[in-house]
Amino acid sequence: MSGNTKAAAKPRKHTKTQLAEFRQGYLFLTPALIVLGIFIGAAVLFVIYLSFHKVNLFTGQYTFVGLENYMRLFSDGMARTALKNTLSFAVVVVPIQTILSLIIAAVLDSNIKGRYTFRTIYFLPTLTSSSALTIIFMFMFSVTGPVNNLLIKMGFLETGINFLNDPSFALKVIMVMNIWSTIPQYTTMYLASLQDLPGGMYEAAAIDGAGPVRRFWAITVPYLKPITTYVLLTSIIGTLQMFDQAYIFSNGSGGPANSTLTVSLLVYRYAFGTQNAMGYAATMAIVLAVIIMIVSFTSEKLNASDSDY
Amino acid sequence: MKAKLTPGRVALYVILVGAAFFTLYPFLWMVSASFKPLKEIVGGNMSLISPNMSLENYQYIFGRSSLFTRWFFNSLFVSVIGTILNVFINTMAGYSLSRLSFPGRDKIHHLLLMLMMVPGQVLLIPNYLILQNLGMLDSFTALIFPSAANIANIFLMRQFFMNFPKDVEEAASIDGLGRYARFFRISMPLARPTIATQAIFVFMGFWNNFTAPMLYIKSETKYTLTLGLQSFQSQNAGTMWNQVMAAACISVLPIIVIYLIFNRFFLVGVRMDGEK
Repeated sequence: MSGNTKAAAKPRKHTKTQLAEFRQGYLFLTPALIVLGIFIGAAVLFVIYLSFHKVNLFTGQYTFVGLENYMRLFSDGMARTALKNTLSFAVVVVPIQTILSLIIAAVLDSNIKGRYTFRTIYFLPTLTSSSALTIIFMFMFSVTGPVNNLLIKMGFLETGINFLNDPSFALKVIMVMNIWSTIPQYTTMYLASLQDLPGGMYEAAAIDGAGPVRRFWAITVPYLKPITTYVLLTSIIGTLQMFDQAYIFSNGSGGPANSTLTVSLLVYRYAFGTQNAMGYAATMAIVLAVIIMIVSFTSEKLNASDSDY
Repeated sequence: MKAKLTPGRVALYVILVGAAFFTLYPFLWMVSASFKPLKEIVGGNMSLISPNMSLENYQYIFGRSSLFTRWFFNSLFVSVIGTILNVFINTMAGYSLSRLSFPGRDKIHHLLLMLMMVPGQVLLIPNYLILQNLGMLDSFTALIFPSAANIANIFLMRQFFMNFPKDVEEAASIDGLGRYARFFRISMPLARPTIATQAIFVFMGFWNNFTAPMLYIKSETKYTLTLGLQSFQSQNAGTMWNQVMAAACISVLPIIVIYLIFNRFFLVGVRMDGEK
């Protein structure tokens, strides 16, 4: 701090303590920034670069092809099948899991005996890895498995259905599995939000003579609107990226007859399979990411514009 | 409010018990099948208990002819190291973003918010190539390094330190503790509950991860449990359901134990980053 004029020209001359704090600030962020910088930051730039190239994974050759990969998307029948599967998966799974988790949360939130035990049980699927879950479900739905046995015993079937190898059933089994395994996560989100619901609102409604079902529709549902948007968003993002369950179910092939081929699985197959088309796979992954981000922004905007509750 | 048994309440219980049944049933089947001989599993016997139950399947998977024990310890190693790294890296970053002021802090905060929105699946291909160039493919480093930091958890810790009274630390500085000692000896221990929440979900993430090992690991001896389970299931033409179910049981067990012990942390720390 030599001269007054100099100090005034440089508005802030940092003290020793401040400099030490800066150093600590950067030092503490460095490991995180290295990891995230490489595996998210650089990776995003890299994937964009890849999408303009033809990549040969075996020779390590990159050839610039301009927009060719993007154009190819429009004429790719497989991509259309995968998109169709992914969308029908999302369209079925998202509403069902949202409604079921809302109902379960509302019931759990009521003043009922043993709700902690129920909560503990309901949470179990969330803890289990997708590979263990998928294997359990493949077992349950196998030709000689419990589901077929039950249907035969109850007289609905003569012989077992081959759920796993029948193109008209395979994706449905994955839907059931996905709904079953993700409900607890959303139930917990709803429960957290329900705990903040002022109890007075219910009592007032009860005095006005509203029954429990009426109260559910008139108070609980509107109150939970913001969290519902969030649940829907998470659920849409999750279903559009569905990979593990379809991969394990079909052992990476997307079969039977491409019925479980999701976009993420097709990306994997193009990149690492015999097609050796990493650049094109990168393009497809980017397009899916853009779709996901558009959906996210739209629903956030929608929620912001009418968040009266 | 005294609870009376009205038709409405009965309906509530029916919903609750029904949902609990559907949730538990697949698990009960898994446990039951893991003790049964294969013949009985595929034979269409519906009962969960059978006189032929034995520990044979477990003896087989932990036996010499299978790599299962190895996979178990591979998973344990990757999950423990990954969790320790995450706890330190995320907590330090969260502390830095909330407690320390330095030029560019808000820019870094915004950058992280942006990076958090990138859907995970778009990163698989570039990360594979990056790891290949770093010479890390087919190693545990490939499983740990890319996931050694987590933005959602950095924000979780940031939130914690923002709400945490500063005077405890100030008192410690009067006692002559330096700024680094203050963080590691005072602030971090006080953040224990939030760190526990973070650690549990990070551990679970590593333990249950399937995509990363599937892409990055080639040698069977380096498989993790999730990958091993899948290979168990797909290698033999006729699946040995009895052994697969025993393996699945063991793979789920550690997480269930952690869950039962740390139940309260689970209900607070619902993951908010949108991944399963």
